[in-house]
Amino acid sequence: MSARLGPVAVLAIVLGIVFFLTPLIVTFAFSLWEGGDRYGFAAYRSLVGDPDLWASLLLSLRLAAETMLLGMVLLVPSMIFVHLKAPGLKPLFEFIAALPFVVPAIALVAGLSALYTGPAWLIGTPNYLVIPYFFLALPYAYRAIDVGLSAIDVRTLTDAAHSLGAGWGQVFRLVLLPNLSTALLGATLLTLTIVMGEFTFASVLLFKTFAVYINDTGSSKVTEAAALSLLSFVITWAAMLGVLLTGRNTTDLGGTH
Amino acid sequence: MAVVALQAIRKSFGGRPVLAGIDIALAQGELVSLLGPSGCGKTTLLRILAGFERPDAGTVRLDGRDITALAANRRNMGMVFQSYSLFPNLDATDNVRFGPRVRGVPRAEQSRRAEHLLELVGLGGHRHKFPHQLSGGQQQRVALARALAVQPDVLLLDEPLSALDAKVRAQLRSEIRRIQRETGVTTVFVTHDQEEALSISDRVAVMNEGRMLQVASPAAIYREPADAFVARFIGAGAVLSGRADGPAVRVGAVALPAAAAAGHPAGTAVELFLRPEHVRLDPAATPPSGALAAEIRELTFFGSLTRVRLALDGIADSEAWADVASDRADGFQPGLRVWASWDAAAPRVLARV
Ligand SMILES: Nc1ncnc2c1ncn2[C@@H]1O[C@H](COP(=O)(O)OP(=O)(O)O)[C@@H](O)[C@H]1O
Ligand SMILES: [Mg+2]
Repeated sequence: MSARLGPVAVLAIVLGIVFFLTPLIVTFAFSLWEGGDRYGFAAYRSLVGDPDLWASLLLSLRLAAETMLLGMVLLVPSMIFVHLKAPGLKPLFEFIAALPFVVPAIALVAGLSALYTGPAWLIGTPNYLVIPYFFLALPYAYRAIDVGLSAIDVRTLTDAAHSLGAGWGQVFRLVLLPNLSTALLGATLLTLTIVMGEFTFASVLLFKTFAVYINDTGSSKVTEAAALSLLSFVITWAAMLGVLLTGRNTTDLGGTH
Repeated sequence: MAVVALQAIRKSFGGRPVLAGIDIALAQGELVSLLGPSGCGKTTLLRILAGFERPDAGTVRLDGRDITALAANRRNMGMVFQSYSLFPNLDATDNVRFGPRVRGVPRAEQSRRAEHLLELVGLGGHRHKFPHQLSGGQQQRVALARALAVQPDVLLLDEPLSALDAKVRAQLRSEIRRIQRETGVTTVFVTHDQEEALSISDRVAVMNEGRMLQVASPAAIYREPADAFVARFIGAGAVLSGRADGPAVRVGAVALPAAAAAGHPAGTAVELFLRPEHVRLDPAATPPSGALAAEIRELTFFGSLTRVRLALDGIADSEAWADVASDRADGFQPGLRVWASWDAAAPRVLARV
């Protein structure tokens, strides 16, 4: 940070900070309002005391964990397979992974409800949401893992490990997973962020996830809604910061080449 | 007895034949180079040996046992790859221990081997460095130690030096040979660099377009190439096409002395191969007996030697080379007329195909 910033740059940075912080500060101020001219933490107290908040938060976290698990189990082996054995299929994979960007969420919901029949533990329980969530997170998770795979020479490392006597299990556990850990963490955190914020599916399918809870609260209790927005904002930003920090660690390691 | 033997190996990719029937066998402790231009199938052959690829036809034998269908991780072969292949998440020691570790060798023995082998490859002081902290040459040394740590039946090296700069390459090359001798491990060394192949091998196997053209000692490959491709590919020299005519090859009106031509029926199309070190140049006015008139076209200084490119009189577009000690090349310059001569026993004559 040795370069001096000119006055224009300083002004731009200040304006940027004001632009981003003002809504947050105003929202925070509003969340403290207790009617009339009284201010305090009543909204936060009422939120924390509301069992629905915890139930919806837990539900969303559980769905996020399940989605992340499904993503890892399905994506990592199949992407490694395509990378090693069928690189010709890669364009097809890229296309499929980009589809959720193109198809509107509501169309996905309609399609899913029409198509899916299955066991009771899946259909009609919130677990059902893991399927659309997997597809929603797919483009991001795919990208993150793809970057990780491109950064290492998967074929040579796999061949080297095999010729040293490792079976596929050992190749995965001792070679691929450790060298893909940053990419997998990135994919995981992106999935978490997406699942925590997803509203359409849960709302239409009548499951009370965290995002749905925020929405319901917003339409009935205004100051609680403001407090809640700040909370979810913090969660999202913590996840993003996690992605950035882990990403930076690996660049530091590789950078001394 | 042969330790490894490849028999009638064939392999195609997408209908295109890459290996067209390869036979070769290695004796215990031998270092054989696979030498050939890029794309001739060297890596494919090595990958078949290692078990990464299955041949379409043919057999791979280890100590007489058919291992063609055996998976790579069940064979006992150590491989060093052309590209850097160390596990980025492990330091030098853990990279070397990887093989023994996945094979269930006790920890103490893993450590003993890693320590010994890193010492052997000259990296005793870099045991705890990660791959990204090591230079290219050091990484390939660790890769060599890692391959040796499984005490392989056969060591496979796929152009391990090609990514390194010239000086490191020459140094590491002789060290690979030293280590190979010390450990006595049977080794296949793939390279497209003839100097590399000739300098470190017990035998050189020259490949082209998926075929094995000649397998012989470096000296034999150089002096008695069995095939026109080998003669062209190895070393420098003139290639002159003509017809056998007693103990000479006739090109137009010029008779080039070549005792070996007598082995071909008179009049058959042959090629004459003449190494630069066999050609003598004489700028004198009167021709020595049997000398041909020529003109100097170009001089290339190689330190102790100067290589002279000649055009032989009476043969259109002919090129021949002569190596002259640099301290005797003072008067030579392009355009100078000289007499070129050679011992009739020196040129190699092969039927033209
Ligand atoms: N997996 C593969 N699929 C298709 N073609 C291949 C494959 N591996 C090698 N080839 C082709 O086979 C030929 C020989 O390759 P290779 O054995 O790598 O040659 P070398 O190592 O002698 O340079 C090349 O033309 C290459 O393109
Ligand atoms: Mg190759």
